[in-house]
Amino acid sequence: MELILDRVSHSYGNVEVLNDISLSVGSGEIVCIVGPSGCGKSTLLRILGGLEKPDSGAALIAGDPPADSLNPLTYVFQDFALLPWRTVEGNVSLVLEDHAIPKDRARAIIADVLARTKLSEFAGAWPRQLSGGMKQRVAIARALSVNPAVMLMDEPLSALDSQTRDLLMDDLVDLWGQVGFSACYITHNLAEAVRLGHRIVMLSRRPGRIREIVDIDIPLNERINHPAETTAIQRRLWEAMRDEARAADRELSDVA
Amino acid sequence: MSLDAADLEQPRRATADLQQNRHVAAVKPVPFRGGGFVHTRHRFVALFLFVVLVILWEIGSQTGFISNIALPAPSEAAGAMADLFETGMIWKHLSASLYRLVIGWSVGSLIGVTVGLAVALFSIVRAGVSPFVSALFPIPKIALLPLFIIWFGIGEGSKVATILFGVFFPTVIATYGGVDNVDRNLIRMGQSFGLSWLSIVRKIIIPGALPAILSGFRISASIAIILLVAAEMIGAEFGIGAYILMAGALFATDQLIAGVAMLSVLGLTVGWLISRAERWLLRWRA
Repeated sequence: MELILDRVSHSYGNVEVLNDISLSVGSGEIVCIVGPSGCGKSTLLRILGGLEKPDSGAALIAGDPPADSLNPLTYVFQDFALLPWRTVEGNVSLVLEDHAIPKDRARAIIADVLARTKLSEFAGAWPRQLSGGMKQRVAIARALSVNPAVMLMDEPLSALDSQTRDLLMDDLVDLWGQVGFSACYITHNLAEAVRLGHRIVMLSRRPGRIREIVDIDIPLNERINHPAETTAIQRRLWEAMRDEARAADRELSDVA
Repeated sequence: MSLDAADLEQPRRATADLQQNRHVAAVKPVPFRGGGFVHTRHRFVALFLFVVLVILWEIGSQTGFISNIALPAPSEAAGAMADLFETGMIWKHLSASLYRLVIGWSVGSLIGVTVGLAVALFSIVRAGVSPFVSALFPIPKIALLPLFIIWFGIGEGSKVATILFGVFFPTVIATYGGVDNVDRNLIRMGQSFGLSWLSIVRKIIIPGALPAILSGFRISASIAIILLVAAEMIGAEFGIGAYILMAGALFATDQLIAGVAMLSVLGLTVGWLISRAERWLLRWRA
């Protein structure tokens, strides 16, 4: 299954946030979208997952999602969006309950995704007891449990400290090695993009247009051994983005 | 090895320097400015204070410092209370009051939560109902008691209705306030996973509004007790309010104090029950 954005433009009132954006996320591919703050990255992701309608253009799905996918387009949010009144297990179970899955099958799915995200021993913990990194692991486990065709990740590591972020990036690389998920990964952190993206799409500042698309051929699990290449790509992206980021930083904003 | 040794040497040297410097300028600890403004639990202070006050009151009454006409001695009030137990009247009064309280409060809360949810979830209901709630909430329900008597009869109906109406409005307001404050991101998460409308309401919105609803219950329960007494003062044979009214009419101040003590115990019990419910239902909070 391929998720396609076809010539999408969008405005809030008279502020244009996205201008003529086309891209696609193929099967087993992680596409990172980077850009200065306020360039419409999050709007783009909401449009991709059908939480918002674009003014013009469309989000399209090519091909059928896998038959066992309960929620083909699944989000991972920056603020984790865990229910504080449910345990780790309960939070994963929440998204399975609406589908008629036999109890023991659901239990097996939950055990499996918790094991994959290294959360098995925390199944009964309340979200308030968990660190930020653990909370995001729960959110990722929840997303995996519905077997998504494409994961839509909205700055999933941005609320975490840099050490936790490094740990979680390693975990995501491992996870991709096991499951081979596809994702559209929004971030403003170029290091994340260079570490996790098969393709990096750089947006300009508002209104967001595609400025550059960079494909990285080095396999995800080997990138850590190619620091020179990845650093070079990261620097080149930063050179291209710096002036935009500076200008965006000095902009007055009325759009949340 | 030698490096390690040098490292170990370092702090010792620093202390030595300090010792030498002491002759140059006096070394003082940094003054502590934190602390305070923290609640510590003192379990028996309230009980102790209560006992002391009662003893002082008793001594005042016995010595004639407090006139018996102005305030009966605690021992007399206790005597009146003992009478109630001996004659078994306490159960008659209590059961009559509890019956009205429980029915009025639970039905009022049930309807209140339902209407509150409807107001919060459907903007058309909100537009229609919330001005009425704002307009009717501040009316003292006691003022409507005569109307309730005409509508629901002089018996149990009017008493239950008074409590029910008094409980209904604050519950509506607490409920829709609670729903309004549920984290929108959680609702968006539910939608993004394709949860049904009913699931979102049941599993995200209601639990999210529960803290506010429970603090609403705390307020509405106090209102219910106040209205209970007021309603029982008209045309009730039994009930704590009727007992207090009768005691007041006869200037039997010892019985009056006994009745008020019963109300206080009732209020404390209800508060304790709600605290237990909160602790259990909101155990996911710290």
